[in-house]
Amino acid sequence: MFRLEKRPQPSRVFAYLTPVLAVIATMFAGGLLFAALGKNPVEAIRTIFWDPLFGEFAFYYRPQLLVKGGPLILIAIGLSLGFRAGIWNIGAEGQYIVGAICGAAVALAFYPLDAWYIFPLMILAGALGGMLWAMIPALLKVKFGTNEILVSLMLVYVAENLLASMALGLLKNPEGHGFPGSRNLKEYPSAYNEPILVLDRIPEPDTCSGISGLFECARSGSYNVVADFSSGMHWGVLTAFIAVIFAYVLLNRHMLGFSIRLTGEAPRAARFSGVSPTRIILFCLGISGMMAGLAGMFEVSGPSGQVSIDFNVGYGFTAIIVAFLGRLHPIGILLAGLLMALTYIGGEIAQGNLGLPSAAIQLFQGMLLFFLLAVDMLTNYRIRLVKREAA
Amino acid sequence: MDLSSITPALLLASLMVAATPILLAGIGELVVERAGVLNLGVEGMMITGAIFGFAATIETGSPLVGFAAAAAGGALLSLLFALLTQIALANQVASGLALTLFGLGLSSLLGQDYVGLKPTPTPSFNIPLLSDIPFLGHVLFSHDLMVYFGLGLVAAVWALLKYSRAGLILRAVGENHDAAHALGYKVVRIRILAIMFGGACAGLGGSYISLIRVPQWTEGMTSGAGWIALALVVFASWKPGRVLLGAWLFGGVTVLQLNLQAAGLAIPVEYLSMSPYLITILVLVIMSADKSRAPASLGRIFHASG
Amino acid sequence: MTGTLLSIRGLTKAYPGVVANDSVSFDIGAGEIHALLGENGAGKSTLVKMIYGLVKPDSGAMQMRGAAFAPPEPRAARAAGVAMVFQHFSLFDALDVSENIALGMEDPPPLRDLAARIRTVSEEYGLPLDPYRTVGGLSAGERQRVEIIRCLLQDPKLLIMDEPTSVLTPQEVGILFETLNKLRDEGTSILYISHKLEEIRTLCDTATILRLGKNVGTCDPRETTARQMAEMMVGSELQTPKGAGGTPGAVMLDVSGLSLPAPTKFGTALKNVHLRLHAGEVLGIGGVAGNGQDELLAALSGEIRASRDAIRLKGQDIGHLGPTARRQRGLLAAPEERLGHAAAPDMSLTENALLTGAVREGLTTNGFLRWGKARDFAETIIKTFDVRTPGPDNAARSLSGGNLQKFVIGREVLQRPEVLVVNQPTWGVDASAAAAIRQALLDLAGNGTAVLVISQDLDELMEVADHFAALNEGRLSDTRHTGDLTIEEIGLMMGGAHDGMEVAHVQA
Repeated sequence: MFRLEKRPQPSRVFAYLTPVLAVIATMFAGGLLFAALGKNPVEAIRTIFWDPLFGEFAFYYRPQLLVKGGPLILIAIGLSLGFRAGIWNIGAEGQYIVGAICGAAVALAFYPLDAWYIFPLMILAGALGGMLWAMIPALLKVKFGTNEILVSLMLVYVAENLLASMALGLLKNPEGHGFPGSRNLKEYPSAYNEPILVLDRIPEPDTCSGISGLFECARSGSYNVVADFSSGMHWGVLTAFIAVIFAYVLLNRHMLGFSIRLTGEAPRAARFSGVSPTRIILFCLGISGMMAGLAGMFEVSGPSGQVSIDFNVGYGFTAIIVAFLGRLHPIGILLAGLLMALTYIGGEIAQGNLGLPSAAIQLFQGMLLFFLLAVDMLTNYRIRLVKREAA
Repeated sequence: MDLSSITPALLLASLMVAATPILLAGIGELVVERAGVLNLGVEGMMITGAIFGFAATIETGSPLVGFAAAAAGGALLSLLFALLTQIALANQVASGLALTLFGLGLSSLLGQDYVGLKPTPTPSFNIPLLSDIPFLGHVLFSHDLMVYFGLGLVAAVWALLKYSRAGLILRAVGENHDAAHALGYKVVRIRILAIMFGGACAGLGGSYISLIRVPQWTEGMTSGAGWIALALVVFASWKPGRVLLGAWLFGGVTVLQLNLQAAGLAIPVEYLSMSPYLITILVLVIMSADKSRAPASLGRIFHASG
Repeated sequence: MTGTLLSIRGLTKAYPGVVANDSVSFDIGAGEIHALLGENGAGKSTLVKMIYGLVKPDSGAMQMRGAAFAPPEPRAARAAGVAMVFQHFSLFDALDVSENIALGMEDPPPLRDLAARIRTVSEEYGLPLDPYRTVGGLSAGERQRVEIIRCLLQDPKLLIMDEPTSVLTPQEVGILFETLNKLRDEGTSILYISHKLEEIRTLCDTATILRLGKNVGTCDPRETTARQMAEMMVGSELQTPKGAGGTPGAVMLDVSGLSLPAPTKFGTALKNVHLRLHAGEVLGIGGVAGNGQDELLAALSGEIRASRDAIRLKGQDIGHLGPTARRQRGLLAAPEERLGHAAAPDMSLTENALLTGAVREGLTTNGFLRWGKARDFAETIIKTFDVRTPGPDNAARSLSGGNLQKFVIGREVLQRPEVLVVNQPTWGVDASAAAAIRQALLDLAGNGTAVLVISQDLDELMEVADHFAALNEGRLSDTRHTGDLTIEEIGLMMGGAHDGMEVAHVQA
């Protein structure tokens, strides 16, 4: 028998240790799962966690870490602010979609105009779109006390239908031979979220050796190749890093961040302190929607390239795991986002090499959140073994 | 557009069918919430029930075994949630979300080999004599057993909560877990049982979709039904009778929009498909004015100290 | 009396860092009212929980009528004839009276029969109660009746009552004592827990006194003076706070026609509250719990906004302002609930200093936090008010009740308020901390601050307040000079007889 005993105050050690414990436990349980699927568990775990970083093709996969991690981190940072305050925006997937639609719509409205201001306008539209979508649950909560969890989630399904309608209707590529989906923004330079080259980290494929060679490749039209083999940095990733710094400063150095934390820790004390719950709700939902919208916009104008029915791949939901795995701390989220990106990439490799089903990776990510929540109590409670007393 | 293809009797009959999954999941979640626990993992438990039920039916050829397997699968998954929230004292909102994400992954993994198959059809159960009544007979008395089971379950839950001692204790635990503990009731044990009941109901609801309503297996096929079931409990102000009413309302909206799609209404399909979700939001807004009915300990962590 | 009912031998229970009960032994006679006396934290609750089966002793044993008695759970204790009236935490607001009572019984009859029995028993013992009313809507006194009747329906041999009079008006206390005496005459033993000495001297046959978890003596309270018992309980002589005796100055706070709807379903609406508070004055507001104390504090602190001119501070309308703006203007407050309202449990003391100190102590610049300054402020509070803690980085919940309360009061006092409103400043606090807090409030008033003390502890109010008013169902009585009041008048004010004429009439 054991019993839980509340610690007089949260343990610092376990605050850092629990995510690590959760990852290790997940690897074990995941190994068992993979073994049950008839795969070699050690090989599977190595393929997922080691190969993308240090394997033969690591030069290709490492930049992918940023491409996949960027949106996860950006969305998770936004969500974490709300979660800190006890405001549960779980509709980031919807805000991500709407941000993408708005950003792409601006681009397509200007097509084929060549102007410097188009991309900034797209950023603005994406941010606004996501924010407004998140303002629906925010305003309903403020005005009527409606549960934001359910409303924000319902709006994901609405957004998915909206996306389908856009891909099939309003934003459909007029030159697309009837196929669903918009024009590809990668082919529209003014709207393309182009990779930011970090030159000293670029590997050198045969045809594009040397810096001049790279630029030559870029000019000669094999741009995508260069993009994929580059650093993985694009404006969205940069924005994600800025968001991390912003959230860090906000939470640790600013009164607003303090108010957010206070609202989550003790709502009545926050009210007594003078924090307006309305403002916190509007701010947290607004900013998380904005960040999700931005992530969607950078994705549609970059790695994805077009508005299509299957544009969204669940970043908005995975970001919830990322936020918790990072213990709602900006730096933690940065690391957790990269780790989660690793499981995506490693999962894809394992799918190709070992025939591991993609659903297994999804399950693996779900397990991670489970284990994290299970060991999280160690921060606030300690376990004591007690002998069962004779009744 | 041809609205004449929509016949009222058929519409009402299919409303009963469309309402059943969320009715089952909703009544289960109602019991969980009346015990003071907020389990947001309904969607995950439904989809797990859907694949468990589907797979078991395919393997054994018996829908009855399928439904039993679905209930067991849902309850098993909910046990994970129970362990997290009742033993490890984890946050209920986060744990519920984890359950949903986990359930979605698990179901699509399990379901890989079952895509495209057809399950053994569940026999319809025409109640003798009653089903021959014109109109009403078709609407009310010629359904499969699960429809009646759902209705019976609502009645049973209502009676148990209102009249039985077990129901009184369950409500007491949900109202004030500290007081219930002080009186010597096993708060954690009661809640775990409630959570598992909710899981079983959600599993049944999910399997109703994959075995009867659709009937086949596709990934993510519950498409938000679990979340609508959660909204249903709020809509119902935690009263069993109103869960039934709400389920029929949502069922009606779903059936109506499907019929309008089929009738070729001038509105694009996507906008019609949005309507159940939009209606849910609308209903939530209307109902959220009255918060007083929610069990007072809902979502709060219970830790017996000293 | 027919010998010993329950004999307690060497009960010991330790929690991490504290020995709650250290080898406690005493006997409860059959048909006696036995007082268990002790300060907050003396170990009364733990002892009672062991008798009721909620907590298992580490060592020691109990005997009930000579047979071994070690209830593993409350159910077993109830089966053995032990019943308990809790101080709080044991009623279900949303359920009705008969449902609440059924939950506390092993084998309740059908609800309809139970309702009939509730009516009979409640009338027999002079505690009228409607079995079909929802408990959330009952007054504190009525709620206590529910608990008592729940116990009586089980025909208990031993009835445990935990601080039963803290929620009653003096008149209601009289009725309760009659009931308890009647029960004793019928042969029921009563274990009566309290720290109010006069009550114990009126009611009890025997008293056992606990200090720091140890039994420090058993006495006959009728033969022992209150002073002797107090010294046994506290262990040393206590200083009584000294008022500064300054003359009241100008009107600082003027509340007129303050009305607010009930903020929650079972809350209390404020109805046309009027009061005036002068510089250098301590105004005490008494009343039984749940008569609008929390709501009045929230309305004054700014947590709930009122109409613009309902509250005036130094002649300025502030009713519409929030807590921050009011603090800026010199109106500070400290709510009753320490953990979760006055302080955030999991946050450090530095962060909790920031919670109300940001504006007046200049702990931010352009919204950015000055952690160093906040830490200094926290350290000043800790030092000035003798808060026992390793340092300002410790979480608020790691402090004992008394220390946290000193921190919370100190935090407001050190911000040099012009008006300070406190609710239950010494609730659940040990005697030395309570004395320190009361002294701090008096010193503050001596320096010209207008102080409003809301409290359910009449002794405390009589000790610190110059003027007294009482809250009843959200209405505030007229303000009276403390020195002119008799205990009967106070009781009537608390009971809602607000008109001075009416008081005189009743007395006549």
